[in-house]
Amino acid sequence: MSARKKQPVVLSAYSDMPDRVIFTKEMKATHTILLPNMLPRHFKIISRVLNNYGYKTEILTDGLNGDSKTVIDAGLKYVHNDACYPALLVIGQFIAALQSGRYDTNKVALLLSQTGGGCRASNYISLLRKALVKAGFAHVPVISLNFSGLESMPGFKITLPMIPRLMYAILYGDLIMSLMNQCRPYETNKGDAERLADEWSDRLANEMAVIPGKKKAKGALKHKHVLANYRAIIRDFAAIEGVSERRVNPKVRVGVVGEIYVKFSPLGNNDLENFLVSEGAEPVLAGLLDFCMYVVTNNMMDYELYGIGKTRAKIYKIADKFFLNRQKELIEAIQEQPLFDPPTPFDHTRTLARDYVGMGAKMGEGWLLTAEILELIDEGVNSVVITQPFGCLPNHIVGKGMMKPIKENQPDVNLVAIDYDAGATKINQDNRIKLMLANAKK
Amino acid sequence: MTNEDCTLHPWEMIDAPAERAHDGHFAAIGIDIGSTTAKIVVFCDRRLVYSCYERHFSQVRPKTLELLTRVRELVGDRPVYVSISGSAGLGLANAADIPFVQEVFATGETVKHLAPETSVVIELGGEDAKVIFFKGGIDERMNGTCAGGTGAFIDQMATLLDVTAEELDELSLRHTRIYPIASRCGVFAKTDIQPLLNQGAAKENIAASIFAAVASQTIAGLAQGRKIDGQVMFLGGPLYYCQGLRAAFIDALHLEKENAVFPDYGRLSVALGAAHYACGLGRYTDMDTLIANVEASTHEKSEAAHTEPLFASEADYESFRERHAKASVKTVFPADYTGNAYVGIDCGSTTTKLVLMGENGELLYAYYHSNRGNPVSIVREQLQEIYDICGDRITVKGSAVTGYGEELIRHAFHIDRGLVETMAHFTAAKYFNPNVDFILDIGGQDIKCFKVKGDAIDSIMLNEACSSGCGSFIETFARSMGYEVNEFARMGLFAKAPVELGTRCTVFMNSSVKQAQKDGATVGDISAGLSRSVVKNAIYKVIRASSAEELGRELVVQGGTFLNDAVLRAFEMEIGCNVIRPQIAGLMGAFGAALFARSLGLERSTTMTAAELSSFTHTSKAATCRGCGNNCHLTINTFAGGERYVSGNKCERGAGMKAPEGADIIPNIHQYKRDRFAALEEKSRDGGRGTLGIPMALGMYELAPLWHALFTELGFYVTFSGPSTRDLYLKGQFSIPSDTACYPAKIMHGHVEQLADRGVNAIFYPCLTYNINEKTGDNHYNCPVVAYYSELLKGNVESVRSTRFLHPYLNINDERQLVKELVNYLNDYVGHFDKGEVKRAVRAGFEAYGKWMADIRREGEAALKWARERGSRIMVLCGRPYHTDPEIGHGIDKLATSLGFAVVTEDSIAGLTSTAPVNVLNQWTYHSRLYAAARYAADNPDVQLVQLVSFGCGIDAITTDEVRSILESHNKLYTQIKIDEITNLGAVTIRLRSLIGALEISEKKQDSHKHSTEGEIAHERA
Repeated sequence: MSARKKQPVVLSAYSDMPDRVIFTKEMKATHTILLPNMLPRHFKIISRVLNNYGYKTEILTDGLNGDSKTVIDAGLKYVHNDACYPALLVIGQFIAALQSGRYDTNKVALLLSQTGGGCRASNYISLLRKALVKAGFAHVPVISLNFSGLESMPGFKITLPMIPRLMYAILYGDLIMSLMNQCRPYETNKGDAERLADEWSDRLANEMAVIPGKKKAKGALKHKHVLANYRAIIRDFAAIEGVSERRVNPKVRVGVVGEIYVKFSPLGNNDLENFLVSEGAEPVLAGLLDFCMYVVTNNMMDYELYGIGKTRAKIYKIADKFFLNRQKELIEAIQEQPLFDPPTPFDHTRTLARDYVGMGAKMGEGWLLTAEILELIDEGVNSVVITQPFGCLPNHIVGKGMMKPIKENQPDVNLVAIDYDAGATKINQDNRIKLMLANAKK
Repeated sequence: MTNEDCTLHPWEMIDAPAERAHDGHFAAIGIDIGSTTAKIVVFCDRRLVYSCYERHFSQVRPKTLELLTRVRELVGDRPVYVSISGSAGLGLANAADIPFVQEVFATGETVKHLAPETSVVIELGGEDAKVIFFKGGIDERMNGTCAGGTGAFIDQMATLLDVTAEELDELSLRHTRIYPIASRCGVFAKTDIQPLLNQGAAKENIAASIFAAVASQTIAGLAQGRKIDGQVMFLGGPLYYCQGLRAAFIDALHLEKENAVFPDYGRLSVALGAAHYACGLGRYTDMDTLIANVEASTHEKSEAAHTEPLFASEADYESFRERHAKASVKTVFPADYTGNAYVGIDCGSTTTKLVLMGENGELLYAYYHSNRGNPVSIVREQLQEIYDICGDRITVKGSAVTGYGEELIRHAFHIDRGLVETMAHFTAAKYFNPNVDFILDIGGQDIKCFKVKGDAIDSIMLNEACSSGCGSFIETFARSMGYEVNEFARMGLFAKAPVELGTRCTVFMNSSVKQAQKDGATVGDISAGLSRSVVKNAIYKVIRASSAEELGRELVVQGGTFLNDAVLRAFEMEIGCNVIRPQIAGLMGAFGAALFARSLGLERSTTMTAAELSSFTHTSKAATCRGCGNNCHLTINTFAGGERYVSGNKCERGAGMKAPEGADIIPNIHQYKRDRFAALEEKSRDGGRGTLGIPMALGMYELAPLWHALFTELGFYVTFSGPSTRDLYLKGQFSIPSDTACYPAKIMHGHVEQLADRGVNAIFYPCLTYNINEKTGDNHYNCPVVAYYSELLKGNVESVRSTRFLHPYLNINDERQLVKELVNYLNDYVGHFDKGEVKRAVRAGFEAYGKWMADIRREGEAALKWARERGSRIMVLCGRPYHTDPEIGHGIDKLATSLGFAVVTEDSIAGLTSTAPVNVLNQWTYHSRLYAAARYAADNPDVQLVQLVSFGCGIDAITTDEVRSILESHNKLYTQIKIDEITNLGAVTIRLRSLIGALEISEKKQDSHKHSTEGEIAHERA
């Protein structure tokens, strides 16, 4: 990770904003760090990893229990209404939590990821700070989680030993999400798969929550142990009553791609996965790991295309290889169980979009979004929902912009682009997905 | 216009499943509940026995029940195959356990059976537009979120023109010309229509233009590059009834008569498909069960998200009314008044307001009415009325007019003065509360807010196109439900469960309303919900406030929309404090104008006399200005005595008036850049390597000089597309895949088409993740659209396939790297180029670019010097480099020079300030310049900043707040102008004139402050 020297933060004479609040080393012990909720099960494990290293983190659930209105209202109130929907939701969720009275706001900090890419998502953090000032929480520190040397806080640091643990959190999360989606349409007793997914994510989170340095912690990460976990998870899901039907009477599989937040978060996409399951379809989503590997690939591409960042590219190449190998293990584990479909290896995925969009298109989900559509088609999933926040800039190009060329080459594929926004009505979204399903089931 | 020969009888597609033949006795019912209408078809023993198409006024379940009860006897005891379709049918299907079939799918089934030779179906409904392609891979599409509400839009426009939908259709058939109307969505279209109405354009032409806009919007939004040709079938209610709409589609698609099919089952196609689908399912029931199930579903409770009631009790409402009754003006019966009086006219977008005010501010006469598409005749009537009232006792000593129609009315009736709306409203508000520090005005079309500091307008916020029309939306919606607006408002006051209807715009609200209705919300719940939505839009979208304290202490709210008690109450609830609403809330513009007229202290008013009025005539005629490349569409109004007033022009030239002294020589860097760009091609020369076409759009407004010099050096004849015009946009419109992208991107399609037409050997638009690094920010990105739009063009614009489309990923910040990349790319895709020549070319490119930028900066400094020597105002008209494009910037720069500003661009002055940290991640080259320009404006009192923002520019949601923050940290006014394909400059003029108005007041104050200080000093000396 590059450690670009940052200028000290000074109050600008050209601004009405107060100084940036620093998350100090002392705060590590006293403050609870709140995390937004994009992927509930992944984030639960990630949160435990962080706690393992001395942070007190907590995943927010505001907006996910039928109270989405509170979050959306807070977002509309404190975020520029032309900002994208995920910004509105993420920030709305933070504000709603701070206003809920559950926390001593002098003892909390907020964590938000920042990619530093050319899409406006890199500025969520500034939008959040502005919102905090407006809402009267100017004293709450905001921590940027980034790997590109943007801003840093003395009290928060991702250290080297944390990285493999975070990566396994993502791999576990991806595996559980994928299997759960493959089981839900078939389970005899509604809710079995979700329950199992929750059980496993709790168990894995607990496994992660052991103090580093102690023997058990090492055990949690031991390669053999991870592989054994994979097998146990797969075995448990395969044992759910009714799932054996998956190969006998397969249901329509519907792929979901899109802007990362609305693709994954039920808050962002009006609970799309549940809707698809209730319509008798099997949702198929590439995991979070793919996005991480996309970011890694982009850093290598910067060197290949523009000659930028030679050393950085070398480091990322090592990371790339490491990720690919870990993904391969996961794929092999799933392949042992013929009931389930494994993800596509990423070194294949990233070759898929080449005829449509160059690999230099790296803002937002960039070429990955197009590649994921093509990957789904390769896997035999002929219906794909392209989810995007209303007015999403990169998706004009890599989402909606690629529908025509893809359909020209694959006329039997059903693609539907759905906009998500605070003002968009669910009935219109549902109606369009229903149209796609009607054609898919024909 | 039926085509009997190509349609089979509908019953050919109805058949009971063989395994349950029922001895040939069965019934098949297809129900289609759309957003506005309910349709049903009933077949008994394969014969169509009943069909019906009726509005359901959102009473979805009762209406369905009614229809089924109606056919109960016809069906008898037959087994019934039934299915339901349509967006509003979804909820009912679940609740009453009736099979559901998606409506586009159902249409597809119908057409496949009844007219298999069809290649494309276009179906318009109340809410959704659909296109189905049958040939070459079936593709069924529905409109995107933004383009919703087609049928509803036609209804609303009819209401706006004060005609029925049928009359609108008849009018359209008599049109003589089509006005360009933005086709992005209903709200934008309305924004273009309003000023046409106020300029006096003929209703016939407006009606036809509305249909043309619907056609263009549907085609652009849904075809997205796929050609609509062959046998095209048109379905759905609006296309069944409106001949004018049919004609518009045939025109827009260039269809031969025999290829445009309008079947007589056009409005029932979905219901037919549903009946067919029901038979295919093979699940049957009987009429009694069916009716019982539907009946049971009508008792279900509303599931819509709702909020607390506006008033808990009648008593609350009474005290609310009493409180607001205090803010009133003295009304004097004109018969009891003798003396001087003043006329104030506010010719607004949807309503015309007039007051006659006495010497002491007493209200003698007031008029408030919808202008029904012809404000001139209304004002004439009212002036006559006023003269009748005045008799010999009252003398009109002065008159003033404000609002959208200010110019027209001023010319027509020789009104003494015109004043900008913001000043009129401020003047009136001050009358009610001299300490007023915040004014919010919600009119029919616009929302305006002003903060007042020290007796001057401190900042002005006006809504942009997206959130316009909220006020009139309530009215048109009420009328479409069959209520007058007062009645509708009253129903909302005590509604138990106001529904949540979202905010973004009226198109979104409209579709939320539809959903709420389907979920069983009452009219009162919707009325209250709409009030809340309008208020939230004003507070969070327009004002961008998040608390009452931000607004101020002494709030005055006004505008016709606030006469609606539900809106007023919703506002007080949302901000949590009480406000003043003058009882003449709807007349404040006119009242302010009258106060202004009084302040003039005129000896004699020029206002047309009663005698002149009686011989007054007015005709209007459409024309196109040829004064410059803008080709403005003009409306020429001719009054009695041959006096003319021309409107629709962007500059003074078309109006046949003389530009203000020196307007031609006022520096305008936008114009300077345009001239330089236009001259670039003169330096092109044929070097034997063929013609290279460069689309003059997006990032080329920055880098054209670089690429021009580079490729000329390499031996290409470099040619540029353009100039951008609306026609050029329309030329490429059909291949735009994402209608919510910005106009500067969408116009790119036309540029590329034009180059392909010209037969260039190659087209060049590179992918540039990174822009020029000016070392002023955290990074130097382009936005995703500028960076990668060529990837989209490659996939969607078929004509680029006939030429070579060069769009390499390049690094323009490292000459050596660029040479390497170009050598590889050109040798792979173009031909042989050796490293030496590419190196020379790259050097030439950077030299040209460097010189270009230096010239612009020098020119910018010269402009500043010029202005300062003469004491002219200076405007940084900033945005992105491509806002210099006259079709994108709509000639706003010229408007500014005609108002006396010297105009500079952000890149011409960005070098004049030091860098300073900003509150955002400053990682786009263009943004860094904006922030620098804002700092320059903040530091220099004689410089005003106006920021142009393209609709759909996602990253400007970040820049606008930051630029505002920079300016406001130095107490400067921030003016933002949102632009799109909308050509209406009325709103822009209001903004710029408001800016000038505010500047004048603060300058005057400074002067008088100076004078008074000087006076004090003099006094002391004495």
